[in-house]
Amino acid sequence: MKNIKFIYLKIICLQALLFTALVSCERDLSDEVVFATFSKVGEIFTDSPIGMGSDFYFPYQGSKPTAWSVDDEVSYKGTSSMRFDVPNANDPEGNYAGAIFRVDGAGRDLTEFDVLTFWAKASQGVTIGQFGFGTDFLEDKFVAVIPDVDLSTSWTKYIIPIPDPSKLFEERGMFSYSTGTRNTNGYGYTFWIDELQFEKLGTVGQPLPIIMLGEDVTMNSFIGTTIDDLQRSACIFNLPSGEDQLVATYPSYFSFESTNPSVASVSEDGLVTVLNSGTAVITASLAGVQAVGSLTIESSGSFEAAPEPPSRDAANVISIFSDAYDNVPVDYYNGFFAPFQTTQGGAPPLDFNGDMIINYTELNFVGIGTFFDVSPVNITSMTHLHIDIKVNEPIDGGDYINIQLINDVGGNETSGTIPFGASSFVQDQWVGLDIPIADFGMGDLTRIGLLFFISDATISNIFVDNIYYYR
Amino acid sequence: MNNSQKYTVSKTLVFYSFLLISFIMFTDCETDNTQTVTTFTELIMADEFDVDGAPDPSIWGYDTGTGFDGWGNNELQYYTSRSENVKVENGVLLITALKEDYNGASYTSARLTTKGLFEQKYGRFEARIRVPRGSGLWPAFWLLGADCDGVGERIDSNWPLCGEIDIMEYRRQEPTSVSGTVHGPGYSGLTDPQGQITKSYDLQNDRFDNGFHIFGIEWGPEYINFYVDDALYNQITPADLEITPEDPDNPGALGEWVYNKPFYIIINLAVGGNFPGVPDANTTFPQSMLVDYVRVYKNMYDNN
Repeated sequence: MKNIKFIYLKIICLQALLFTALVSCERDLSDEVVFATFSKVGEIFTDSPIGMGSDFYFPYQGSKPTAWSVDDEVSYKGTSSMRFDVPNANDPEGNYAGAIFRVDGAGRDLTEFDVLTFWAKASQGVTIGQFGFGTDFLEDKFVAVIPDVDLSTSWTKYIIPIPDPSKLFEERGMFSYSTGTRNTNGYGYTFWIDELQFEKLGTVGQPLPIIMLGEDVTMNSFIGTTIDDLQRSACIFNLPSGEDQLVATYPSYFSFESTNPSVASVSEDGLVTVLNSGTAVITASLAGVQAVGSLTIESSGSFEAAPEPPSRDAANVISIFSDAYDNVPVDYYNGFFAPFQTTQGGAPPLDFNGDMIINYTELNFVGIGTFFDVSPVNITSMTHLHIDIKVNEPIDGGDYINIQLINDVGGNETSGTIPFGASSFVQDQWVGLDIPIADFGMGDLTRIGLLFFISDATISNIFVDNIYYYR
Repeated sequence: MNNSQKYTVSKTLVFYSFLLISFIMFTDCETDNTQTVTTFTELIMADEFDVDGAPDPSIWGYDTGTGFDGWGNNELQYYTSRSENVKVENGVLLITALKEDYNGASYTSARLTTKGLFEQKYGRFEARIRVPRGSGLWPAFWLLGADCDGVGERIDSNWPLCGEIDIMEYRRQEPTSVSGTVHGPGYSGLTDPQGQITKSYDLQNDRFDNGFHIFGIEWGPEYINFYVDDALYNQITPADLEITPEDPDNPGALGEWVYNKPFYIIINLAVGGNFPGVPDANTTFPQSMLVDYVRVYKNMYDNN
């Protein structure tokens, strides 16, 4: 009986389906149907704002809100232009100028345009921080900006290519600008913009999309890690002048693809999540053009945590970086000492489901600072320094990591260094170093301000955990 | 070589039927720029690049190597006839510039020539081409006099006496423009100031690397007309052949019109060189020049 019921059910379903299909054939759209359409107006400002509504100017936080005005004395064409008074760096109302122009109402259909153009000049030759469009303070999906735009004192036409016009069928973010006085010694200046509009030129070249700065980058990773490096993407367009224009783009313009989504998936906005062990290559395209650069994720599976430190009485530990103890305040886990330091990572540490780990990459040397805004560490009562290190690469015979302490940074500096050669480490395994503090041979241990890892690039990729002094 | 004998009537008919088919296929395609051929109606030679593989060896040969001083222009490529650099695929001839270390050069590319295979005096020479997108590239479609011998390869090539007609030269510095030029005795272009007889054509609301365009000349006894798509943009006649630099003893003297003899076709993609400069960091390789067809007609009233 059950079978029969199911069969009937199926037939009914089929009939319903057929009926629907037939009915939908009959129900063509009548002439009275009007599709929702969005304004295809390209002009934003000619002699006055065009089709922007009344409430369209939204300053960036901290910028001078009155920087923008309409100037009836100056114009490239017609009677008026937009005037931007960039404030002095010490202006109490805001130390820079920046805002978005957002349509007050429904977005516009910009799919038939290929560029945003405007004429501009300034009160002096000056480099403007950025111009762009797509920022609406709502979703900020299709943001595109050109950075570092040189303005002169004569009217010049500027072109911002649209990375992929087909995406902009309902866009409210018509224009954005942001600039300060970093290049003018803190002194303000004025610039004018006129004939601001989206246009179809046809003379802009095909985009050259770029991810990962155009490099094929390999990253070692673990399950649960998220990677946001794909979110910094760009496009290069060749302008009608023959010159190339870089456009910084948000990832929503791109389509991302993972060769192995079960290992690493990538979201629409370019965020990579590592799901399994294995290898996945993530590539991208923009408007059907393959992007230069790729991201290869080599996931070694679950993250292997450093050994859990023994429980100790708080009085017997001064912890710099550990989840097991309360850490003392630290200025930074990577001082980024210019210009000789290459080391990346540590700022901030990686978070493996709550287990914080420092991953130094491109290591040559790196310092953990406790002297700038925080109290230097007094370790006179301690006997040992403990550090867990895992080297994430093959170890050659001449490789080393030196551990260095510096006391009284910037004052009466003294230091001590303990070398650890290749035999001290094992590739892909945690090794615990317990260094007698006496071995550093330092007289004063009351104001330890820096703890250095120095490999001189012999070892470049390490995990570090559980840095603490104890007795 | 008398080219009117080279192609039989049946071949021409086959080609016309193909033309009909392509007309039907592309009749409502807006971007297919069909030029109006008036008196130059007798199709003498056509390569539609419809057979995948190496280009038809009965029409095309190759100039290979680096010539002298980078083919006389400080060009960077080593020309080969390898399929990596030249092949027919999907109905187009692909000339591809690669960045690779090859016999001491840092780039490879290809230069096809019809010398000894197809040479003709007068007529309409046209090709439908999409130029590559990158900087530092120099695609060209041009003709040399049949009595030229090793231009770019040897210093004693009989150039500029033998004559050169450049139907299309392009560089990314001017992405909306191409130029048509003649080089000959007294106006070779190697002088300072340069003296070649040239004019460029500026495309409106478009640029050349975004699509195919037809580049052609209509050439008769006393004139060469230069076309892009259906636009005639320059006519060069014997009266235009100003000598550079001017001879102070003979001001106003004109160079010799060396275009009353057969010429052969060259299509090439150079990398670097005096005209486009070196490729910049944003230019990715490979870079390809696409040729949809090459066709040569003769004037129906002209018996050569």
